[in-house]
Amino acid sequence: MDDNLLLQVEDLHTRFHTPEGTVYAVNGISYRLHEGETLAVVGESGCGKSVSMMSILGLLPVPPAEIAGGRALYRGQDLLKMSESELERIRGKEIAMIFQDPMTSLNPVLTIGKQITESLHKHLGMNPTQATERAIELLDWVGIPDARRRLGDYPHQFSGGMRQRVMIAMQLACTPSILIADEPTTALDVTIQAQIVELVVRLRQQVGMAMIWITHDLGVVAGLADRVMVMYAGFVVEEAGVDDLYEDPRHPYTIALLAALPRVDRRRDRRLKSIPGAPPSLLVEPRGCPFAPRCEFAIERCFIDNPSLQPVAPRHRIACWVEIKTGGQR
Amino acid sequence: MSHSSEAAIALPQLKADELEAPPLSLRQLTWRRFRRHKMAIVGIVVIALLFLYSFGGALLVSEQYANYTDTAARLQPPSAAHPFGTDTVGRDILARTIYGGQISLLIGLTAMLVELLIGVLIGALAGYYGRWLDALLMRFTEAVFVIPQIFLLIVMAKFFSGKMPNITLLGRTLSGSVVVVILIIGATSWMYLARIVRAEFISIKEREFILAARAIGTPARQIILGHILPNCMAPIIVSATLSVAAAILSESYISFLGMGVQAPTATWGNMLDGAMNYIEEAPWYWFFPGLLIVLTVLSINFVGDGLRDALDPRSRAV
Amino acid sequence: MGRYVARRLLQAIPLLFIISVILFVLMQNIGDPLATMGGRRPTRSADRERLKRQLGLDKPVLVQYLYWLIGNDWTRIDMDGDGVAETQGQRKGILRGDFGTSLKKRQSALSLIGERLPNTLLLMGAYELVVLVGALAVGIYSAVRQYSLFDHLVTGLSFILYSMPIFFIGLLSVTIFAVYFKRWGLPYLPPNGVFRAEFGKTTSEVVWHMVLPVMSLSLISLAGYSRFMRSSMLEVLGQDYIRTAKSKGLERRYILLAHALKNASLPIVTIVGLDLPSLLGGALVTERIFGWPGMGRLFFDSVSDADTPVVMAILMIIAVAVILFQILTDITYAWLDPRIRYE
Repeated sequence: MDDNLLLQVEDLHTRFHTPEGTVYAVNGISYRLHEGETLAVVGESGCGKSVSMMSILGLLPVPPAEIAGGRALYRGQDLLKMSESELERIRGKEIAMIFQDPMTSLNPVLTIGKQITESLHKHLGMNPTQATERAIELLDWVGIPDARRRLGDYPHQFSGGMRQRVMIAMQLACTPSILIADEPTTALDVTIQAQIVELVVRLRQQVGMAMIWITHDLGVVAGLADRVMVMYAGFVVEEAGVDDLYEDPRHPYTIALLAALPRVDRRRDRRLKSIPGAPPSLLVEPRGCPFAPRCEFAIERCFIDNPSLQPVAPRHRIACWVEIKTGGQR
Repeated sequence: MSHSSEAAIALPQLKADELEAPPLSLRQLTWRRFRRHKMAIVGIVVIALLFLYSFGGALLVSEQYANYTDTAARLQPPSAAHPFGTDTVGRDILARTIYGGQISLLIGLTAMLVELLIGVLIGALAGYYGRWLDALLMRFTEAVFVIPQIFLLIVMAKFFSGKMPNITLLGRTLSGSVVVVILIIGATSWMYLARIVRAEFISIKEREFILAARAIGTPARQIILGHILPNCMAPIIVSATLSVAAAILSESYISFLGMGVQAPTATWGNMLDGAMNYIEEAPWYWFFPGLLIVLTVLSINFVGDGLRDALDPRSRAV
Repeated sequence: MGRYVARRLLQAIPLLFIISVILFVLMQNIGDPLATMGGRRPTRSADRERLKRQLGLDKPVLVQYLYWLIGNDWTRIDMDGDGVAETQGQRKGILRGDFGTSLKKRQSALSLIGERLPNTLLLMGAYELVVLVGALAVGIYSAVRQYSLFDHLVTGLSFILYSMPIFFIGLLSVTIFAVYFKRWGLPYLPPNGVFRAEFGKTTSEVVWHMVLPVMSLSLISLAGYSRFMRSSMLEVLGQDYIRTAKSKGLERRYILLAHALKNASLPIVTIVGLDLPSLLGGALVTERIFGWPGMGRLFFDSVSDADTPVVMAILMIIAVAVILFQILTDITYAWLDPRIRYE
């Protein structure tokens, strides 16, 4: 089973040193990603999902950020210990990342052709002619009409959805093994969202790359992911196969999240269920379970000891001291 | 550690919202941010010292002494008797910088007020009324803007030369050229401010609370002065602060060229008039007044910088 | 684009008219050019009347302006004071390229300016070079090595330099590099003039003489622009698209040059292009300190002598140059930034 283990993250800790204090953004997360697998990372804004991914690729500016511990093994090599030039060879070629806002994530003064061909040149050594032809192929592949002419266009000449397609083409240009998608559809409207998701599903079928899909939208996850990882305040609180998660959520936070989703089949006059309170300040060093203050099942131990991820079912882990079904302690 | 279900420890029933610190008012926030700007504080201290030097120093050194000429003692290097040396007619440079400082600082402040008045007026009118008034005022602004300030200053200084009578202020008799310099500097520096104010007015004018005020029939003057203007104070304050420094510099330039404040009234600028001719024998002649100008402008710039950071609503630092 | 330029040029015309009117009004009272025309003795009143008629100064302001604008060769003027206009006017007016004749030197204003202009242009050209290259280099390096010793030094120095009047830097540099260096037996820089008579006007002489004035002129702007470039660069480096570039595995230096630089230098273009008025002002002061025979000095002398045609000519040329430069800057900006397209 572990022959096709691509990425193994162990106990990753990331902090930011700011004038107001230290921000404990990621507090010991661990997960594995296998070839061809799609892992969805779900959680509210500020829970550390983006930061954890950017830490792995070394995309955080290091004076304020600090990787305070952990390992991130890509095919057995620790990314966190690599030099900048070694990382440069991995980025774009082995592990690629697409970002949330395609307008600000593309360079406004360079043509998209240039932005695609430069990685082809760097990683695959293509000359300008080869790179141009390949770029056109890529644009076609993601569904940009009139690709040859559009190579010379600038990002502002594309619509939001098109820009995201360009971004996808750009990052998949060198056929990476892992594609990390950081909320790629959040900034787009719903119909475009659906198109992009459809596109990604199709591409995945054709290329077979593994994906990490970060989102706060549980709806998108269902049709896309194999496994889901739920994060809260820099911790992983639950990790399971997608069906398992939806049918049998075990962590109080996950349960609350799913309950908060507006559903078509519910009565319309009922209030939407929200989770009372707010996430904890990340400026405080975490002690105990981060969700305890808002959890209806919390016991004394939850405020003192931080629960670690433990299996509750085959390939289903949660970090919780309380056995929801019985109410007793785990 | 015991695990009994009746905890001896009282657990705080925290609602997560209460973990936040109590909110600060805008003024408190601004002052906090300003305080963190150490150089701005240094700037304020230095400015205070310079004011003390010029106005307090006058209590120790009489104006007569500052104007006392003694050609036998001309161009002497700094010594115990004359800490800054003497000038071409034997006057003590230290004393002259005290009295000259009063004028330079005075001109800086009042020219800024003139500029503020003109700039805000034109910017507000152009921004609020728009259309042909805006076009007219902006053409006019551009016209003045296109000619470099020093050229305009020279021409205007010549235009008014000899026409202003001496004035008496703070117990001193000052050459009329001081008023001239204040007016012409003010009249040639307002363009930048007018543009800023106009831009602010244009953007604030469309906001809902202005529409509401107009809907209930508030007269234009009230809207401009009472509603819109208070909301664009931040860039105006920063601009006004920095323009004091600019005014002091402008005065020094034009006095250096001999066309600004005329003798016998001294300013830091006109004390340097003709300094090139004595550059080999007497570097102290221009050094001390020049240094004082630099210190003043530098500290004002620091303060202005600090103000800009403190008042910038987009800055999220606390 | 062509239509945009045409429109801007058309808009410039009323602007220039307004400027010329304001200036002309100011000219009326800057002194009496006739006062010193009698040589060492004050001008006799009979001569004064004659001179007035000859120079057209006896006419009302509006007519003077008209003559200045479109000349008087289409009419006759009364030269001998008998009340009868008999002499054909000679002037063509500024709209036909006649910038007037100097009241002092009986030379056309244009030729006077032409003698001095190249010297000023020389200073200005060197200034632009130093400032552009310097600000880019220092600004970028400071941004890339943020908070390093270099950065702090440069920031501190910039602040100080930015607060100095030009003449202070000028006098300071002359004192150090011309006076003290000479005293200490070091090779020193010449404090004034364009070249030394005994060596003639060779390139090396001129360049050597240019060092101090250009340095005085450019240090202040250099300080300001490198700070600006630094913050522009920092802002660009914090943008999402730089993160994207990094995520593609592109090298640091490549990202800096190919991705960041173009974005960061856009605002500089605007500022440098619109800097012309203050550059000219600085040149005026610098020319005075260093005895550089440029247009600034000519202006100053002409105002002192109340030589209005020359003063008007210089100011109008400056106005035209500044406006043209503004248009040029906008075009350059549009050319560099693909998001801007003028219709």
